[in-house]
Amino acid sequence: MSTSTDPGFQARLYRPPVPRFWWARRRSYLLFILRELSSLFVAWFVAYLLVLAYAVGQSESAYQRFLDWSANPFMIALNAVALGFAVLHAVTFFQAAPQATVVRLRGRRVPPTLLAGPIFAAWVVVSGFLIWLVVLA
Amino acid sequence: MEERITLQVARYRPEQESKPTFEEYEVPLREEWAVLDGLNYVKDRLDGTLSYRWSCRMGICGSCGMTVNGEPVLTCAAFLSDFAPGPVRVEPLRNFPVIRDLVIEMTDFVHKLGRVKPWIVADDEAPPEGAHGEYLQTPEELEEYHQYSMCINCMLCYSACPVYGLDQSFVGPAAIALAQRYNMDSRDAGNALRMAELSGHDGVWGCTFVGECTSACPKGVDPAGAIQRYKVTAATEAAKSLLLPRAAEK
Repeated sequence: MSTSTDPGFQARLYRPPVPRFWWARRRSYLLFILRELSSLFVAWFVAYLLVLAYAVGQSESAYQRFLDWSANPFMIALNAVALGFAVLHAVTFFQAAPQATVVRLRGRRVPPTLLAGPIFAAWVVVSGFLIWLVVLA
Repeated sequence: MEERITLQVARYRPEQESKPTFEEYEVPLREEWAVLDGLNYVKDRLDGTLSYRWSCRMGICGSCGMTVNGEPVLTCAAFLSDFAPGPVRVEPLRNFPVIRDLVIEMTDFVHKLGRVKPWIVADDEAPPEGAHGEYLQTPEELEEYHQYSMCINCMLCYSACPVYGLDQSFVGPAAIALAQRYNMDSRDAGNALRMAELSGHDGVWGCTFVGECTSACPKGVDPAGAIQRYKVTAATEAAKSLLLPRAAEK
């Protein structure tokens, strides 16, 4: 009897190739690839923040050079794209978080969609506070 | 004159072709007919050489999963009239090697299933407390894992999962959901035994929460939710063993 480990059986199997644009097949796959890509931009923001902290620590003129460097059009464009990806990263993460967290109220699981509300609200509040702190205050 | 619909069926006969081709068959379009009924009509009346798996015709056995018009579905639960006027393209489940026509090779899945120990591991130190030596369980305890116990091993979730498509070493949605089905069972003591498999290199961390497994599941199991919940468990256990190494050993 032929079994799945027989070389002859294995040779006769058809192994469909993965199409190069498999991720364009549906919205969720595209989102998955974009989300994977977003981690690069999140890493970029970490590096950017470290450079900022370093410049601030060096001297006022170093900080001014950092600001001038950040103001060139390429950097503005890069940071705008990075911001878009960081928002995508945050939104998909906050959408995922309630699925992984089980909160019970009177013995019943709170629906994940209800949990997402407070998480997004907290995100807006923290972001608002940071905008106030950095830009307005 | 009876209405008819065209099925475009993937055929792969390894003795005569190196890759699949499509053949068209006209079958009656009846309101109560599922795609599987159309395939049975082809097999019985038009072409007896067509190969595919099926058994119960009622969404229980998990045998008849195929790709219909690009979507992984149970063909017993996908009605021809929903695809009218057609044609209906029927292909084998994606992400699996094809043995013949619509029959996929599932050894990889079956091995993975075994590796997560999908059975109740008894705790020798806590014998059953029921009067007749049975384990007792409250409805609330049943509710914990009941959803995951609905899995019928149909593999639609593997077919929908792009992570599994790209990296076949990933344990995959159904196996993780089934591991959770037992991990969350109050009668089970096998959590630690399953941990190496679930939190290892090919385990839950491979999942990036695409969510297509949950969308594809015909039984409402929500494997994606099970995986995310296990990530929290695995991370908590890892943190515990790092902070309290002696407690983790016990």
